[in-house]
Amino acid sequence: MMVLWRVVRLPRNGGGVAGRWFFFFFFLPHPPPPSRRLRSPSQHAPAQRSRPAGLNPCAGLNKSSGGGEAASACERWQPDALAQMGWQGEMTSDCDIRNTVGNIPMEWYQDYPHVGYDLDGKKIFKPIRNKDELDEFLDKMDNPDYWRTVRDKMTGADVRLSDEQVDLVHRLQRGQFGDINFKEYEPYIDFFSSETMIHPVTNRPQDKRSFIPSLIEKQKVGKLVHAIKMGWIKPRKPRDTTPQYYDLWAQEDPNAILGRHKMHVPAPKMRLPGHEESYNPPPEYLLSEEEKLAWEQQDPEDRKLSFLPQRFSCLRAVPAFSRFIHERFERCLDLYLCPRQRKMRVNVNPEDLIPKMPKPKDLQPFPTTQSLVYRGHTSLVRSISVSPTGQWLVSGSDDGTVRFWEIGTGRCMKTVDVGGAVKSVAWNPNPSICLVAVAFNESVVLLNPALGDRLVVSATDQLVSSYEEPEEAREQPVQWAAPAGKEHDAGHRLHLAHPKAVRQVTWHSKGDYLACVTPDGGSHQQVLIHQVSKRRTQNPFRRSKGLVQCVSFHPTRPFFFVATQRHVRVYNLIKQELSKKLQANCKWISSMAVHPGGDNVICGSYDCRLTWFDLDLATKPYKVLRHHKKALRGVAYHKHYPLFASGSDDGSVIVCHGMVYNDLLQNPLIVPVKVLKGHAITHDLGVLDVTFHPSQPWVFSSGADGTVRLFT
Amino acid sequence: LGGPENYESGSATNYITRNKARKKLQLSLADFRRLCILKGIYPHEPKHKKKVNKGSTAPRTFYLLKDIRFLMHEPIVGKFREYKIFVRKLRKAYGKAEWTSVGRLKENKPSYKLDHVIKERYPSFVDALRDLDDALSMCFLFSTFARTGKCHVQTIQLCRRLTVEWMNYIVTSRSLRKVFLSIKGIYYQAEVLGQTVTWLVPYQFAHDHPTDVDYRVMATFTEMYTTLFGFVNFRLYQTLNLVYPPKLDCRSEVDLKGEFEEDYAMDSESYLEKLSALSASLARVLNTAEEEEAQIDQFPVEGVDLEQMEAREREQKDQDAHKRLFEDLKFFLNREVPRESLAFVLRCFGAQVSWDKSHCIGSTYDVTDETITHHIVDRPSVDKQYINRYYVQPQWVYDSINCKMLLPVEDYFLGVNLPPHLSPFVEEKDGDYVPPEKLKLMALQRGEKPVAEQEEEEEEEEEEEEDDEEEEEEMDEEEMKEEESLKTIEKQRAQNKVSSVKVTPGKMKTENKVRMEQEEKAEEKRLAIMMMKKKEKYLYDKIMFGKKRTVREANKLAAKRKAHDEASKGEKRKKKTKQ
Repeated sequence: MMVLWRVVRLPRNGGGVAGRWFFFFFFLPHPPPPSRRLRSPSQHAPAQRSRPAGLNPCAGLNKSSGGGEAASACERWQPDALAQMGWQGEMTSDCDIRNTVGNIPMEWYQDYPHVGYDLDGKKIFKPIRNKDELDEFLDKMDNPDYWRTVRDKMTGADVRLSDEQVDLVHRLQRGQFGDINFKEYEPYIDFFSSETMIHPVTNRPQDKRSFIPSLIEKQKVGKLVHAIKMGWIKPRKPRDTTPQYYDLWAQEDPNAILGRHKMHVPAPKMRLPGHEESYNPPPEYLLSEEEKLAWEQQDPEDRKLSFLPQRFSCLRAVPAFSRFIHERFERCLDLYLCPRQRKMRVNVNPEDLIPKMPKPKDLQPFPTTQSLVYRGHTSLVRSISVSPTGQWLVSGSDDGTVRFWEIGTGRCMKTVDVGGAVKSVAWNPNPSICLVAVAFNESVVLLNPALGDRLVVSATDQLVSSYEEPEEAREQPVQWAAPAGKEHDAGHRLHLAHPKAVRQVTWHSKGDYLACVTPDGGSHQQVLIHQVSKRRTQNPFRRSKGLVQCVSFHPTRPFFFVATQRHVRVYNLIKQELSKKLQANCKWISSMAVHPGGDNVICGSYDCRLTWFDLDLATKPYKVLRHHKKALRGVAYHKHYPLFASGSDDGSVIVCHGMVYNDLLQNPLIVPVKVLKGHAITHDLGVLDVTFHPSQPWVFSSGADGTVRLFT
Repeated sequence: LGGPENYESGSATNYITRNKARKKLQLSLADFRRLCILKGIYPHEPKHKKKVNKGSTAPRTFYLLKDIRFLMHEPIVGKFREYKIFVRKLRKAYGKAEWTSVGRLKENKPSYKLDHVIKERYPSFVDALRDLDDALSMCFLFSTFARTGKCHVQTIQLCRRLTVEWMNYIVTSRSLRKVFLSIKGIYYQAEVLGQTVTWLVPYQFAHDHPTDVDYRVMATFTEMYTTLFGFVNFRLYQTLNLVYPPKLDCRSEVDLKGEFEEDYAMDSESYLEKLSALSASLARVLNTAEEEEAQIDQFPVEGVDLEQMEAREREQKDQDAHKRLFEDLKFFLNREVPRESLAFVLRCFGAQVSWDKSHCIGSTYDVTDETITHHIVDRPSVDKQYINRYYVQPQWVYDSINCKMLLPVEDYFLGVNLPPHLSPFVEEKDGDYVPPEKLKLMALQRGEKPVAEQEEEEEEEEEEEEDDEEEEEEMDEEEMKEEESLKTIEKQRAQNKVSSVKVTPGKMKTENKVRMEQEEKAEEKRLAIMMMKKKEKYLYDKIMFGKKRTVREANKLAAKRKAHDEASKGEKRKKKTKQ
């Protein structure tokens, strides 16, 4: 069951504008909709009501079909259209087969014999249609009114359109008004014009409220007055009469400082463009392909140029610069966001920075050229030493041999195979003794090379052999032995067997004492001092103070220098106490040399530094020289000349002038005078040891390339 | 407990972080930014950041506390607050649809003036001139903006007006010095009252507005700059006795009166356009004041170095000549050349300029004028050419100005491959790379005659030959000798093939004394450098590194140029041989 809203307009006589609407409520059975069976009635009912009236020309067709006898249900919705059609609708109930189903899809009645219900609730049956296609065609051919026959959907009957209706259709098709009599271009009568007329448009008397003051307005005005009184509404401001621009600097105070403060830093100006920014730059300023690629791959912040230089053949071809606004904006950001700082630019002539030094020419003599190369060793030469007479040179190498050379000729006079990598050699500085101390593995051998004066040689032999065993044998940390036989013939005179590997041997200037270094972190036996004539060994230190690198005797006074990794300790041997502790300011001392005067010490270190200590001045270095590129391996002083040399892993020997004055107030003068090069770098090692000739301004250097070189 | 950890004295109290400053001023970040821009307050980098930051190392921007205190007294801060309230009221009124109160509020919209800020930032006029670069560039940029929603239309119009005024001033005072066509735009440099002012004008194209640019910041800057710029213009016009706002000369006004002017545009708009045409002179306050020639008075000062005086005089003369570079010349601009730039530049140097009537307002004569001396064209060829005038490309004008003389027009004819356009702002120090074109121009300036191209080529070829010869000569005599000796040995060997041991006479090693000395000196220097102190060595190394880099760059450019020249020469030769 469905609720149907039926709206019927009953025509009144005269067909006036105002009609009456009646509402009937019917309950009639509907066939269920094919798809939506549970459709609620209210869903399509409003659609019926809201249907606009008078706009459906089709409705008009239906109405007047059959001269008003056969009116369809449609007419109910088109009262105006009916009126316009001039339909004098006498409603005859007997011929009224208006369908009452309302505005529903007519497909719902497809499968039924009827199409709806008439006003009395009786079924309207579909007219019998037995025409097939052929009949249809014949009808089309024969019937002259076929073209104006229309099928009424609501009743299913064919309706022939009348002439007026056809006319109406034609008019509407042409876009004209349905009503013939309607004049669209009639002159417009302006009733409510600006002109005052004598007569009122309406005859209505004036209201009372037009004579008495308005309360609402009074309220409004009162509110405004109150708001003005209270200061909530401000009166309009007077117009500013000063011109936009005028002479702002008319009264200029030349002494006025900036309003802010004195620390104001004016913004730097934009950089002016160079040739590369030109639209037609010289060809060398254009980037090549690789440069372009590199430019593109760089971060925009890292780029040297913020744009790609380009060349255009004429001014007409130059396009707009795409980053123009960006650059302007960045400048703005710079101006208000960048912290500003005044930076002092050093404007110095670099030549002025170079210190004024005495010319090396004036500091001669010093070795300048490489004059001799002593070849023979097959492995790196760790240590060299020159005889006090200045005629012989001894070198100890990792190939296990000790070679004796004549300095003047470069001849190898003698080769002694000691059977172990030789760590250190030292010629006895006493000219009346011909002894060479050689350190290898755990032993130290004193060799008599039998070179030079025979008297000296034999005297030395005698001195060694004249030793008499003391009555009561003392226990010594080192075992002394005098070899005989073959070894004696080879020159071995004394063997000193140490408990640990010996790294360095060094003589006292008198030639009787010999100091050995057996580096070992925890041991207290790192330094041993031997007395050759008495074959006695002393261990001067009770406790170890770090890893001992090298030791040295003071040339004249009873002092003893011990270099550990970072410090050089100076001991007084007589008082048996520490007299000074020098801080080397370096990571790892490699070598040390004492000035013949005894008041100055130089230390070489593995971190490329050479430090000069003036013992009278301070325990801190007087000067730190960083001439070498790599670790220093050896340093040496000259006995007579004010020279010192340093050899390094970078393969060079640097000879410096180091003048020490007798005047205590004058500091030593240090001037580098020559960089000597010659040694080939093998296995990252260059020069391993340097030593000076005792009398000549010559320097010897031994290198990792197995050669010893003489620079004169 | 007055230890340094309290941060109650010293640099910790001199600085203030941005956020704290903002809170102190009770402003939003945007307002604070605007205030900083208008007042020219910028952050400072403290020397000891950690101390100032109270022990923290977080990255912060610091302002000087004095700066912020100074900002507190600024009346604009109050205006900002008023504006904030105004916006709130307006929003409320809109929300309640109270249109009368909306109207009333709008009438009383708070506004502020920046006059006092300008006066404060630039106490003297020269200060303002010194800082005009950015203002000019910004206004020129804004004046080219389309009237889209990027900024207020009034701002764009104001910028345009001010820039036109500025250009007119430069034209009348003839103070333009250098022009440079770069790929970014056109750089101009003028000397205004002794201050060099440089600005950049973009090429006349529609802007592709980027999205990652904050236009509010730019607009704030422009607000400040337009105020500054207007005052500067006013003052500058005053110094020249010109009427401000600028008015055209009555004579030229009559001249420029077009037939169909009424149809062209509104009166106010067409006037600005006429001004921007730059083809007419401006009205003066006193009509009689024709430019007086300022002569340098000679003051007999004791102990004067006459040379200096003479040099100054000569400079002045040069400058005068430069100002009248294009006087008595009549130019006509074709429609494809940048009219505004060329008209501005040419008028700055005393030329007469005109263009097609349909191109722009303000043209003074026609193409057919027989007295035109130069016709500026930027296309490969022109259909109708007049005999008695030069057809040159626009670069000729700019290059001539930079060179301070009329360059030969041959290199700039139509369809000719133009010579490179060089930047006039580069001043080469010795050691820098100087492009050969610049050397040529310098030679021209010195008065040396340019050699015709063909001759040049021939010469070049000759030179090359000479070079070859020279090289041959240069071949070491020693080597020659050696070769000779080798030859004799070979001969001998050929004569008697039996090899025989022979003692050849040893050669004396000739010592080049000069070279030895040089080497010695170099070594001395090396050794002295070894003895430098660590600090000085560092500085020295830095300086030397910079020097070496400049040398390296110069060498690179020179090598590139050489390669390019050789390549182009090879191509030329190939063409010749083909012909």
